[in-house]
Amino acid sequence: MQPDSILTSHPVSATRRQFVRSVIYGGLAFYGLPAFARASKPPLGHVVIVGAGFAGLTAAKYLRAWSMGNLKVTIIEPNPQFISCPQSNLVLGGSRTLDQLSFGYDLSRKQHGLNWVQDSVTAVDLANKQVQLTRGNLSYDRLILAPGVDFNYSKIPGMPATVADIPHAWKAGKQTLQLRQQLESMPDGGVFVMTIPTGAYRCPPGPYERACQVAHYFKQHKPRSKVLILDANADITSKKGLFLQSFNGAYQGIIEYHNNSEILQLDAASKTIKTDFETVKADVLNVIPPQLAGKVTQVAGLNNVDGRWCEVDFVTYASSLQSDVHIIGDSISAGLPKSAHMATSQAKVCAAAIIDLQTGNAPNPLPVFANTCYSFVDDQQAMHVANVYRYDPAKKSMVSAEGGGVSTKATVQEGEYAQAWAKNIWADTLT
Amino acid sequence: MKQVYASMLWACVVAWSLAAQAEDSSATHTLAASCAACHGPNGNSLGGTPTLAALNQDYFVQRMQGFKDGSVSSTVMHHHAKGLTKEEITALASYFAQQPRQTAHALPHQSFLGAQ
Repeated sequence: MQPDSILTSHPVSATRRQFVRSVIYGGLAFYGLPAFARASKPPLGHVVIVGAGFAGLTAAKYLRAWSMGNLKVTIIEPNPQFISCPQSNLVLGGSRTLDQLSFGYDLSRKQHGLNWVQDSVTAVDLANKQVQLTRGNLSYDRLILAPGVDFNYSKIPGMPATVADIPHAWKAGKQTLQLRQQLESMPDGGVFVMTIPTGAYRCPPGPYERACQVAHYFKQHKPRSKVLILDANADITSKKGLFLQSFNGAYQGIIEYHNNSEILQLDAASKTIKTDFETVKADVLNVIPPQLAGKVTQVAGLNNVDGRWCEVDFVTYASSLQSDVHIIGDSISAGLPKSAHMATSQAKVCAAAIIDLQTGNAPNPLPVFANTCYSFVDDQQAMHVANVYRYDPAKKSMVSAEGGGVSTKATVQEGEYAQAWAKNIWADTLT
Repeated sequence: MKQVYASMLWACVVAWSLAAQAEDSSATHTLAASCAACHGPNGNSLGGTPTLAALNQDYFVQRMQGFKDGSVSSTVMHHHAKGLTKEEITALASYFAQQPRQTAHALPHQSFLGAQ
């Protein structure tokens, strides 16, 4: 599709808005009416979504479904397919292949009538409501930014922006396979060093799950090898008690955990890291870099919290700087874990709010949603953290409700639940 | 004249109830959609967790209240049920009871293309 062919903006007339409102909220099933869906001027306007990960794709699906096809939705995504970050640590452990985590976008596009542009955003013209792509411009009534995270290597002394043989593997894809291959090539008795940054990053328990997965692989194939975690944080940041059960149990003698271990100097050529306490040399080095909101939010100038994350209103997910630009998923500043379930939950609240705003209704002022996150400690056993979050208008934030919590221990039963979680969230997002 | 007033009043009642229903269902269907991560699209699980679509309303409430007060043991669900109000549980029960059971689409698996 040529982006230029969908360049016009569509103001919504008041009468049409009232009509559409009565259609939607009267419960009449107009979604199936092709003439309506294909109307050149979509009754509720045009939403452009940047990013087709868990957040962006979910927002697209629910905007179309809940507006009964009365909103036009265009997705801009540079990648040709969806790769699931959840379970990508299992590729390192050896119980999943990357093919099993890779999915096509076609079904979602057809199923929900999404316009699709495979391209990247180079600029955002907030005043004229246009995004500039490498191949043209695109106008929107509302814009959703769901780019995930970007990496900031400049915070690591000695680390060039990209080092071919030091993968982050923090976005599932080529680097996941590269890291697995490095572990396979490493001689028995070698040391795998993983560094964890301070501050918010995607998937809080992810590094500790990764350590378990690599240790699981070593235990089976390279029993004399070690996993050294250099965590810049003061302590394990997620599911601490549960991960310690594994570090001090099944992986005792394999995993070593060092806290307060910020990288003072990194030598990429020798894979050597100096911290306050020690200098260590890695055979395989995995630097999980410091993170910030995805590039498009930086281009749009909307990463207004410490120059890293984006401040939003949790009722609509509108940027605090720009009310017609909504930001969802890992890019936002929130006391919320940056997880796939969280991204999809935010996307649904945002979709419902946008439909309300486009129909002239007030969005639900008190959104509530859930988050469940599983971590695998080996090929079969997993554990969870689960919470309900509700909006607190006084604090202007999503607050964890009473009664949430974690497993008492990792089990095979929860491993089965974790597999069910993956299948169901993939289905919800991709079909 | 009485009849005119009566019909006007009725029209107001209908309009009001539609608006009220819209607000309720918007909050409820958004909350219900959050359950999809484990229980599938519109409560139609792909397996490994219970299907909530078309589930008996009373049974839903009974189970969730049990998870909430601890009388029914669970692995994960107590962490969710305890965070929800009675009203939310009742609304979710009603919502899921009305959802049709559907055969899930097969997941669109595709080999890794190597681009990212």
